[in-house]
Amino acid sequence: MNLLTAFRDSTRAAPLIERIRRRDTGPVSLMEFCGGHTVAIFRGGIRTVMPEHVRMLSGPGCPVCVTSNADLDRAIALAKTPNVVLTTYGDMLKVPGSRESLAQIKALGTPVEIVYSTIDALRLAQNYPDKQIVFFAIGFETTAPAAAAAVIQARNWGLRNFSMCSVMKLTIPGAQALLRMGEVKVNGILGPGHVSSIIGAEAWRFLPEEHGVPVVISGFETLDILAAIDALLAMIEGGKADLINEYRRIVKPEGNRKAWNTVRNVFDVVSSSWRGFGEIPASGLRLRREWEEFDADKRFEITVYPSDEHPACRCGEVLRGVLEAPDCTVFGTACTPEHPLGPCMVSSEGSCAAYYHFHQSARLRINNSKRS
Amino acid sequence: MRHTHILLAHGSGGSMMHDLIRELFLPAFDNPLLQQSNDQAVFDPQTKRLAFTTDSYVVQPLFFPGGCIGDLAVHGTINDLAVGGAVPIGLSAGFIIEEGLEVEILQRIVDAMKLAADNAGVPIVTGDTKVVERGACDKLFINTSGIGVIADGVNIDGANARDGDVVLLSGCIGEHGVAVMSERKGIRFSTPVVTDSKALHRLVQRMLDVCSDIHVMRDPTRGGVASTLNEIASQSGVGIEIDEASLPITPEVQGACDLLGLDPLYLANEGALIAIVPAVHSDALLAAMRETPEGVNARMIGTVLSDTPGLVRMRTGIGGTRIVNMLSGEILPRIC
Repeated sequence: MNLLTAFRDSTRAAPLIERIRRRDTGPVSLMEFCGGHTVAIFRGGIRTVMPEHVRMLSGPGCPVCVTSNADLDRAIALAKTPNVVLTTYGDMLKVPGSRESLAQIKALGTPVEIVYSTIDALRLAQNYPDKQIVFFAIGFETTAPAAAAAVIQARNWGLRNFSMCSVMKLTIPGAQALLRMGEVKVNGILGPGHVSSIIGAEAWRFLPEEHGVPVVISGFETLDILAAIDALLAMIEGGKADLINEYRRIVKPEGNRKAWNTVRNVFDVVSSSWRGFGEIPASGLRLRREWEEFDADKRFEITVYPSDEHPACRCGEVLRGVLEAPDCTVFGTACTPEHPLGPCMVSSEGSCAAYYHFHQSARLRINNSKRS
Repeated sequence: MRHTHILLAHGSGGSMMHDLIRELFLPAFDNPLLQQSNDQAVFDPQTKRLAFTTDSYVVQPLFFPGGCIGDLAVHGTINDLAVGGAVPIGLSAGFIIEEGLEVEILQRIVDAMKLAADNAGVPIVTGDTKVVERGACDKLFINTSGIGVIADGVNIDGANARDGDVVLLSGCIGEHGVAVMSERKGIRFSTPVVTDSKALHRLVQRMLDVCSDIHVMRDPTRGGVASTLNEIASQSGVGIEIDEASLPITPEVQGACDLLGLDPLYLANEGALIAIVPAVHSDALLAAMRETPEGVNARMIGTVLSDTPGLVRMRTGIGGTRIVNMLSGEILPRIC
């Protein structure tokens, strides 16, 4: 049995679930901070095997979703700049901006290219020297090292037609903002796996120490998540708040120093605008002055109109964990993956999308409301 | 052929087009109906019920691990007939060629079609060729249509799934999708995943020999097993529950999907079928399927339920439940 099949061995799940059900914690709410966890939890049917007193919540962990409409509008304006080819990860395309989405302008002929990695964007720049290739960089600490490496590589290769529009964000200030708002009571936190592989498990120690909230860094297999939930419940049961790293096969206490140093050499930490949260100080990554020749915002003059969101869209509340997607009045009716009003319904890591695609009672509720 | 590349004149209707047909297409697809060189093939069907289907093939790249657009175009249309319970009796082939395509590439594709048609025992009896300006199509598009005959007493329909029926799947899933995706993205795996593209009409006839009362049959091509099951659930007004642990997925396909952020349930298959059958016949059907080369990996993957009409759900590996939705939009890579 290899590593992957071991973490998918369903016979190991039953005793874990049994233990979780027996934990005497009283009613608790656990939140995951990572969109990858949201999807894995729904896909594995984990919520459906939890006892009633354990409530699972999704936090602001989907990088596409927390991108503000103002930033998305800026990317759309960049894409429409003559001679520019905008490149980005596929998930961003269908997200509705204030007036249109990248997918809509692409269908009408504006060049927008989906890339799997920043290297794809660099290759485009090499192959089309007459075009300006702009990479719209979204994501958290996990994607930042590849973005930094691309900028360094662009300088090494002497690429004068590559630039980057960075709206990348940092998870720690996001988590701090959420907890400080105090809108939602969280008894335990499932710490992000991939982000922590870069910034290190220790980066989350402030959760137990400053907020008294236990945290378990978790992997993405169903058994990882069950084990992490059990560890969280064990701490809650014992009245302890500590940091546990369940994802030790990937995450080190100190993280990946080399990757993170590369990020810090290329990007400054600046204030950033989050959907649902507004401006969060020291929560975003912008190219440092010595790299600003690659900053698309400096290279191109664009006009951006004041942004707005669909009045019925409540993605902001969903991202703060105060509204469960199925309780949104437009969930599955006016807002569907085919006709999204906000990003959470259309990003593959969005909480509304996860409910819509995977959650049986949420879907039955839609069917019933359509019938009545 | 004296030319190395297809020119616009090859689609002109004049002498160069006749050269192309005589020298490239006719030798490959040789059969009495085609040799008549009429504007149509004429059949004398010995049955009251005919099945008729058409499909256009625009796959990019033209060649991928284990196959190409040519054999795909033959298998795909044969399978669309087969899953209606029909015995295919003839195919048409329409070629839309971008000027500048290398004749050698066209020859390889036509040879692959011939081999696929010969192996299936289904002749290509009529055809058409058009050549369009550069940029008006992407190298080569192929349309194939097919006619098949259906025996009396066979009534396979997407609306026929009934409470208590069981869901059978004839083979491993996701292979075609991963093969094409890896070729398109230039990704190489140590164990290459090849397309499952194959003709299924013999498997279907073997199944009908065992049980003529097959309720529903579909080949889960674009949109994959998940989308096909959703179509059936909605058409029949039933719920369907599948068991995650029973899904036949090779470690290679699972590994590629993990790497690329894909779900094998949504990947295209070109050599697998889903059958929804009365529970009493399922054991006999599975045994018969496994005796055929096309169905060695056949298994039962789920059941039809009367509750939750229109919804497909999955019993997950850990005993939880989740919805299996229809594919929405394109398949996109994950971002973190």
